[in-house]
This record gives sequence, C-alpha cells and structure tokens, in this order.
Amino acid sequence: MIPPETTSKESNHMSTAGGPPEQAEAAPDVSALGVREGTGHAINVKDLRAFYGSQEAVKGVEIEFPPNEVTAIIGPSGCGKSTMVRCINRMHEEIPGARATGSVTLDKLDVYASDVDVTSVRRLIGMVFQKPNPFPTMSIFDNVAAGLRLTGTKSDNLRERVHKSLQAVGLWAEVKDRLGQPGIGLSGGQQQRLCIARTIAVEPEVILMDEPCSALDPVATLKVEELIDELKERYTIVIVTHNMQQAARVANTTVFMLDGLLIEHAPTSEIFTNPKDERTERYVTGKFG
Amino acid sequence: MSEISQAAIPPISGRRRRTDNTMRGLLLVATLVALVPLVLIIYYLLYKGLSSWSSSFFTTDPNGEFFGNPGGVRSAILGTLEIVALATLISVPIGIGVALYLTEYGKQSWFANLVRYFIDVMTGVPSIVFGLFIYIVLVLGKVGGTGFAGWKGSVALALLMLPIVTRSSEVVLLLVPGSLREAALALGAPRWRVVTRIVLPTARTGLVTGSLLAIARGMGETAPLLFTTAGAFAVTANLNQQMNALPLQIYNDILSPRAVVVSRAWGAALTLVALVLILNLVARAVSRRSSMA
Amino acid sequence: MEASAPPVAGGRSTLGRSPLSRLPDQILQVGLTVLAAGILVLLAYFFIRLIGESTDALSKFGLSFVFGNDWDVSRLTFHGAPLVFGTIVTSVIALIIGVPIAVATALFLTELCPRRARGPLSMLVDLLAAVPSVVYGLWGVFVLIPRLLPAEKWVASTFSFIPFIGGPVSGPNYFIAGLILAIMILPIVSAISREVIATVPPEHKEAALALGATRWEMIRMSVLPYARPGITGGAMLGLGRAIGETIAVVLVIGDAPVIGHSIFSQGYSLAAVIANEFGEAAATPIHSSALFAAGLVLFVLTLIVNIFARWFVARGLRNQRGTGGTGVSVAAKPAGDAT
Repeated sequence: MIPPETTSKESNHMSTAGGPPEQAEAAPDVSALGVREGTGHAINVKDLRAFYGSQEAVKGVEIEFPPNEVTAIIGPSGCGKSTMVRCINRMHEEIPGARATGSVTLDKLDVYASDVDVTSVRRLIGMVFQKPNPFPTMSIFDNVAAGLRLTGTKSDNLRERVHKSLQAVGLWAEVKDRLGQPGIGLSGGQQQRLCIARTIAVEPEVILMDEPCSALDPVATLKVEELIDELKERYTIVIVTHNMQQAARVANTTVFMLDGLLIEHAPTSEIFTNPKDERTERYVTGKFG
Repeated sequence: MSEISQAAIPPISGRRRRTDNTMRGLLLVATLVALVPLVLIIYYLLYKGLSSWSSSFFTTDPNGEFFGNPGGVRSAILGTLEIVALATLISVPIGIGVALYLTEYGKQSWFANLVRYFIDVMTGVPSIVFGLFIYIVLVLGKVGGTGFAGWKGSVALALLMLPIVTRSSEVVLLLVPGSLREAALALGAPRWRVVTRIVLPTARTGLVTGSLLAIARGMGETAPLLFTTAGAFAVTANLNQQMNALPLQIYNDILSPRAVVVSRAWGAALTLVALVLILNLVARAVSRRSSMA
Repeated sequence: MEASAPPVAGGRSTLGRSPLSRLPDQILQVGLTVLAAGILVLLAYFFIRLIGESTDALSKFGLSFVFGNDWDVSRLTFHGAPLVFGTIVTSVIALIIGVPIAVATALFLTELCPRRARGPLSMLVDLLAAVPSVVYGLWGVFVLIPRLLPAEKWVASTFSFIPFIGGPVSGPNYFIAGLILAIMILPIVSAISREVIATVPPEHKEAALALGATRWEMIRMSVLPYARPGITGGAMLGLGRAIGETIAVVLVIGDAPVIGHSIFSQGYSLAAVIANEFGEAAATPIHSSALFAAGLVLFVLTLIVNIFARWFVARGLRNQRGTGGTGVSVAAKPAGDAT
C-alpha cells in the first residue's frame, strides 16, 4: 500500500547521492495520495475589482485558470497580483476595510454567492503563503493534521492522511522519526513543504501560492518547484511570483499584471520570447520593475 | 469529483457553525458583563451621592459628633489636595530623574536593568506595605517631632506613585528619536543641555500624561494614609499634623451607624471618583493631542 | 579631550572644553545615577526595617505564625493561618471569576469587535482600574452584599451537598470579597491579554483561516496557544494585586479570624487584619509586631508572585521572537534608532 521510499526519480534528484536511503531526501511523490476521480477544476475570474477602503488595487480583471495547469502571475510590486489571488479564496476580505466585486467561480460554483460558507470555499481552494507559517505551538504531525481535525477526521484516518501528505511533498523520510517535534524546528524550505503538506491534506481542488519561494534559499526553491511540477497532475495551481525564471520553469501559462490591470495572458514560452504588449516586453526584459 | 456546482459544495458542519456563533456570542456577553460593575458603580455613586452634595457639604468640616449635623467634608478635600500635591512634588521629579538615568546614561547596563527590574517589581507591592514602611521609619521614629503627619502620608503616596511615573516616563523618553539627540550633540551641545533643551521638551506631553495618571492613582489610596496621617477628624491644613483626606473620610464614615453619615460617605466617594475620573480623562485628552502619540 | 589647537581669529580656542564647563554634565550624570541607586537602597532599607519590627512576633510564634490556626487578640496569641487561608481563598475566587472574563473581553476587543467600537470599549474596561478601592468597598457593603444575599442563600441551600458551599450564609464573606477582587483585577489582566493577543503575527491567523477555519477555530488554533504565556503572566500580575488589596477586602470579608467552612462564611486576610487591628495594636508591642509580620508575609508573597509573573511574560516574548513576532516590550527599547 505504501510506495517504496526510493523511486526511479531518485536518480534524477539533484541532491544527496551519498548517505543511507533513510537519510536521503525523498523526491515528492504525489501519487502517494491515491487515485483521484474525475477531471480537474477551473477557476474563472470575471470583472474582478478589489478595494482597500477607497483605494482600488485590482481594476477589473478577467482570467481563466485552466484545470491541472500551473498559471503564473507576474508583475512589479504593487500591481495587485497578490490581492487578486487572495480574492479567489476570499482571504482578501479578512483585511479590515477591504472588499471585492465581480465574480469568481470554481467550475460552476460562485465563490461569492450569499449562501456559500466562506470556510467551505477555503477548503476547496487552498493557499500557501510567502513566509512559511507552520503553527508554532504544534508538532509536525499536528500541523499537517490541523485542517483535517477541523472537519472531525477520525484518528486512524488522520494518521494515514498525514503520512500520505508528507510523502507527497517529499518530507516523509526526513521527518518520520520526529513527527512529534515542533514544526518550526525545520529549515525554511522544509517548513514551506510542511505548509504545502498541510494544505493538500484537506484535499483541495485548487492551490494558490503567493510567492512561495521568495523566503527560501535556491536549493529549497528548486525542491518546491519540483513539487509544484508534480502537484499539477492533481490540482489546478496559481502561483504569484516576482521571479521570472521561476515562472518560466514551472508555469504552463503566465499572466502579466500592471497597476491592477491584466496586460497580457499567454503560454509561458510566448510571453517571454515574444510578448505582444510593449509593457510586457519592458517588464520581462528588465527595463523596469 | 465531477464538475463542482453550487449544490455539490461541501457544507460546513452545522456543529462547527453553531460553535462559532455560540463562542462569538459568549465573548460579546463577557465583555458586556465586564462593563456592568462600572455602570453600576457610577449609577449608585450618582444615585446615593448627589443628594449629599450641597454647599455646606463642601464648606464645612466633619465634626465627629454623634448627634445633629455631622458636617461636610471640607477638610477631607483640602487634605487630599495638599497631601497629593506634596506627593506629586516628591515623586514626579524623582521619577522622571530615574527615567532619565535609565534612558540617557544607564541604558542597557546591568545596573540599569537591575533598577528597571526593581521599579517594575515595585508596582506590584501592595499599597499597605508602603504605608507600613513609612510608619516604621517616620512615624515610630517620630521623625520631624510628630507621630502621624500629613507630609508623611505624602511620602508614602510618593513611594506608590514613583514607579508609575518612572515607567511611563521611560517609555515616553525612549520615543524621542535618537537622531534628535545625535543632531544636538553633533552641534556641540553638552549632554545636560541636550536633556533639558531637547529631550525633556519633546517628551513633555507624555511626561505630563504619565504624571497625571500617577496622581489619579495616589489620590484614591487609603491604606498608606491609615498608617501615616490617620487623621479622619482632623481639620487642620498643617501638613505637619494629622490630616484628613477623602479616602480616610470615606473609610471612616462607611462603618458609622448613622445613615446621614453613610450618606456623606457616598457624597465624598462621588467627589473622589469625580476628581480621579477628571484626571484620567484629562490625561487621555493630553496624550491624544501629543505629537508623539 | 584638550587639543592644543591654535586660537582662531577672535582669540578663542575652538576645540576642547574647560573642565568647568563639563561640570554640569558630570553633576547630572552622577546625580541621576545616585538617585537610581538610592531607590534600590531605600527599598532594601525598608525591607530590613520591616523584618526588624517583625522579629518579635516571628521568633515568638515561629512557623505557627503562618500555619497555626489561632488568631486571638485578647490572649495575645497570633497564629495566622486564618489570614493566609482567607488571602488565598479570596484570591483564588478572584482568579476563577476574573481571568476568564478578562481574557474573553480581550479576545472580543482584539478579534471580533468592530474597529470603531474598540477604543471606547477598551477605555471603559480600563476605567475600572481608576475606581479607588475604598469606593469599591463602599459599593460592596451597601450594594453588593445586600443584593446578592438572597442569591447566595439560594446557592448555599441548593448546592449544599458540595463541600465548601453549603452552610450558613453571612452578609460579608469570602465570596463577596473574591467577587470584588475579580472586578478589580479585570482591567490589568484584560489590558495585558489585549496587548499579547494583538501581537500574534497575522500569518499564523491567515494559515488557520486559509485551511477553512471559522473565526473561533482560528482563535483556538492560532491566537490562544500563542498568547498563553503572556496571558498567564497577566493573570499572575492580577493575582499579585488581589493578594495585596486591603481596603475593599477589609470592608466586605467580615474580619473574623477563623477559617471559614464555606465560601459564604466570614473570614480574614493578611492585608485586612493589618488595616483593621492597627489602631488597637499600637499600644501592645507584640500585637504590633504580629501585624508587621503579617505585612512581611504579604510583601514576600507579592514579590514572589510578581517575579514569577514577569518571568512568564518574558518567556512569552522569547517564544514570539523565535517565530518572528514583533513582541511586546517589557523593557522598553529605543524607537527610531534602529533602521
């Protein structure tokens, strides 16, 4: 039932060739999560406007995020990319004085409908944050289990799903002997993968990532990017990034935003080699931003 | 899972929603419950105290007689004002001085941290203990030729007020930007000038606020005065003798079997609370207008 | 530092200061340092004198001053267990009633309250601290005691099977004293809790919300565990205050030097006995010494509680810094100096 620790992917793995198999960091293995029925799910954003008080940060954006693909959002600081993404799982409205108008749908589900409970939306649309934020007073196990405990998952089921989530992100081998230790005792990169494990443990359909690697060192960054590549088989992923090389590495499609507006939306390879809009060209060639 | 539609969204369990609503309600109720005593106290103070207020209430002294008109609370009001004024004169300069030492000279040295620690601890000392201290050192020893005296009450109150003044002053003094001090020093000003001409004036409103709050605190204390001035029926304005004060007056009157005296206690309590509240509100108003806030 | 610079036109050396002009600086520095040291010396001196006045009673009664149950003024026997008992019972009641309400208030004001109401409501809670203790006592004697008596009698008869609750109900009693103490410590505990709760880093709250937690679940998962050391410290500071409170307690506890059998019995406390018997003790040296000894016990108790309280709050801050929180300063740090 539990897949072997070492898979064929190990040989392609960049780090640790030496050391016993238990010590070696396992590659992420999203198939550990089991079989998924049905197809992936798309997010559709129409005419989205987001406000902080009277200040308009997102000024009418329309995007479709295709299922089982990674879409990257790039743009200079303050262009509204994080704000826009936070409107998708309704985290934007948690800020006092903030509000959003327009429509966001997950397949046919209107996320902002009045009879929809916002906590259910967030179960379906998970989020990984810029700074890894494992719960400081919880152990590694409890961190991953946190979301599951909210919905009353029973303890046997719990243990199994925590195990699978940690395997899926490639952390299981590293932490299996210290599941009871505090989550904040891990390194930055490990903490971020722990947060991802926590997010996927509740089996969302979509994962939003708000600059997930900007606080990590290059080695940890590449590990997370490798994981994202695996995760897209199973989830629809939206990643905000200020690192254009990262977008080029992980994303199928890239969106460029500027000043609260969507400027260009194209397959990644096109947007970097042959941008259609002059502003996009200036940004990706580094002339500003 | 096939396409997600409105009907298929997993609803949040009713139990979780109920718990959330219940807890939110509980927290709101608890806050209201916390405010009930304040409302009740103010209500009763007004209800029972206002009726004693009259011109004679403020202009005659308590006469301690068992029959007839018990008199007003003039000596208590004057006593409170005098004793607290002297306590302020003692504690505020010393308190600000210690705060200055901590911010300008001691900073993070082991000694300064020791002082800070003990000043902090001082705020937790019960006021009755300060009364005992002064009783032993000043009253028993008949320092100044007298046993109980108004000024000894001031010293006890000053001990109580000192840590309050020091702590709030230190916070305010630290808010004065280091760059201001450096600019003055770079211009060649000696340190004492920087302190008196730059640091103190910049922190002035904060220092005033902290002192006002300390005064409000000192005004309401009874226990220290019990052991130092102990003059519930004194009518003198001489700080070197036993003096009356509002808290002492009230404390004494509460236990009286005469309803009219108890009524006077309510009136005196209303007076005291009014004074304290005014000081508190003035302190807040001052701090809100401060440029450092 | 005297530099031998050539005089500028005008005949005045621009570098170096004469020793005389540095005098004010030196005076200020030495003066303020002496002042600060003086405070410490003064505290130590008071402590020593208090010990001095207590030795008569402490040497005569030894440990039974604290553990013996026999406080009898007429026989000049001063075994103060009833005092210690009353102090502890009233403080515990104060904590049980006051801390949950204070923390609930702090949670409401920081997490749930609409922003505009936060300031005024916080100010109202804090105003409870401005009421003088003698006014609390007055209100307790003439409002609280008579009004609560029927309810207390009902509780005592309905729940008489619970130990320490059944039995005769007296007007002034431990419970009323504990209740008033709860009201008096509420502002301190609430203010410290509010400060600690407000510094929970938003990323931890966001992590819980993003997992689909309700607001209360978020508070339970992210806020309370994080703020617990600080709140505990605040509660201990409240405890210190309750232990030392004199005037309100002496007016409503009944001043009976016995160990009461229920929370509705009359009792005594360390602080109350000093205030109450002080007058008559002046003529009797051993009685005075016993009261001073009670004061000494009180002082040491509050010192210990306060030291523990600050240690807790400091430990809470250390946790915060480890996870990148902004932290509440117990020792104030300079603002505007660091970039």
